[in-house]
Amino acid sequence: MSDATAEATRDEICVVAVAECFRGDGERLCNPIGTIPMIGGRLARESFEPHLVMTDGFGMFTSSVLPPNTDPYESVDGHLQLNEVVEAWNPYPQMFPVLWNGRRHVMMGGSQIDQFGNQNFACIGDWHKPKAQLLGFRGAPGNTINHTTSYWIPNHNPKVFVPKVDVVSGVGYDRARELGPEASRFHEVRRVVTNLAVLDFETPDNRMRLRSGHPGVTVDQIVEATGFELVIPEAVAETRLPTDDELRLIREVIDPKDLRKTEVKP
Amino acid sequence: MSTLPDKRMTEDEVVGELRSGMTIGIGGWASRRKPMSLIRAILRSDLTDLTIVSYGGPDIGLLCAAGKVRKAVYGFVSLDTIPLEPHFRLARQSGAIEAMELDEGMLLLGLQAAAWRIPFIPTRAGLGTDLPIVMPELQMVQSPYPGPDGGPGEEMLAMPALPLDAALIHQNRADQGGNGQFLGSDLYMDDLFAMAAENTYMSCEQIIPTEDFARHGSFHTQRISRLMTTGVIEAPGGAHFTECPPDYGRDEAFQKQYAASASSPELWDEFKQQWIDLESEAEYQQAVAARRAEGGSR
Repeated sequence: MSDATAEATRDEICVVAVAECFRGDGERLCNPIGTIPMIGGRLARESFEPHLVMTDGFGMFTSSVLPPNTDPYESVDGHLQLNEVVEAWNPYPQMFPVLWNGRRHVMMGGSQIDQFGNQNFACIGDWHKPKAQLLGFRGAPGNTINHTTSYWIPNHNPKVFVPKVDVVSGVGYDRARELGPEASRFHEVRRVVTNLAVLDFETPDNRMRLRSGHPGVTVDQIVEATGFELVIPEAVAETRLPTDDELRLIREVIDPKDLRKTEVKP
Repeated sequence: MSTLPDKRMTEDEVVGELRSGMTIGIGGWASRRKPMSLIRAILRSDLTDLTIVSYGGPDIGLLCAAGKVRKAVYGFVSLDTIPLEPHFRLARQSGAIEAMELDEGMLLLGLQAAAWRIPFIPTRAGLGTDLPIVMPELQMVQSPYPGPDGGPGEEMLAMPALPLDAALIHQNRADQGGNGQFLGSDLYMDDLFAMAAENTYMSCEQIIPTEDFARHGSFHTQRISRLMTTGVIEAPGGAHFTECPPDYGRDEAFQKQYAASASSPELWDEFKQQWIDLESEAEYQQAVAARRAEGGSR
């Protein structure tokens, strides 16, 4: 069982780094996909961004704090019973209008990402006859051109952080720039959070920059795990530690079954 | 006095109305409420050369594995709890099928355009990605109206209509006239598939008198009108092994066996013999019941 007083572990530092991505979002759909992203989003809402809207992972916006992988739907006497507080019904046919409307910040995964934040989870190799078919374009094209996107990469290595992605499914800054200011006016890739570091694009030409390294990780380790040249600031910050209150929320309220530890080894 | 038409059909009668080379849309989403009894009937038939349009799950995987597919049009193909559909992956990686791989929202717009009988719907989705590069058939369109800054109109991607020869959908309840009711949390795009198609065949868990819909769910759940449907098929367990809440959840053990059958031609042959090369849907359902009685370990 979790001990609220024990020192923060890597997975918990990642959770807080994810939560920080949503700081300042106010009343927006916070839509993190994945275990640590989901926990991080819930942490943001339970602490410094209380007006965030979140889904139950299926068709509802819920104010309940559901631990990751909870299925709140139960069949009772031939009817669907929802074991959660529903704020609004948001089935898939409604999700697309919400994202086209722009009031959303998604956190997706990626099999490959390059220095301008172009992301690929469609396939590896030539799209016409892929070496490895992955998810397909899924929602990445619509998401990245319509609203804020961040990424979660649980295994930071040079096979993911590549000079050139095989297929661009999520739009990066160089591609957005080519489209011109009108077509790209809703495009924002805010952060990339990994098991080693937090990265952003806050550079003059929007090249990926090391924003902070997680405690215990050296800059050399991060550079070595990245297959292109990262912008390294003169003084590299350290990713902040969770507060006592955040640790309590993570361990006792949001993720009591320690599912976060299955995604990042402590 | 009005009378309700009687559109009841069997799965095999539906297949009798389909032709090789047709474009067929399939409702549901990934491994959720798929019209699997109709898919199984296609698998038993000699139909081939099909273009399948779907928020893909085992429908696309099975049809690919059985060599029924010429082209697949999809935003993704997934089994939910098994994120990548292994049979579909094999088909893509071997070049056995042509692909139109879309953003999920673009697929919605293509169905919507077909449903409204318009040629395309402009969208920002796809701009800046490799979508229009790997699929040059996707064209751009310039807005005839001034841009947000008063300049020339915005360039958008023109998502073409995806008209369907036939759509297959599965609902929880239906009446014999072809009105349908979903009782889960999401209709998915079933209504758009139905309206985008020349003919829509709707399977359901149970056919009930029209006046009984209200006992099963609120009027908000009655989203498929008989205006959209050609045939209705009573198919209890018809979505197996995908989920169909609140009637039943996904058969995860079965799905695992299905996914594992992609790992060798021998395992696929075994799966095919056991679950596809059957006389009828009734025989399939008996086999599923027997498997369940044995604790699902077969």
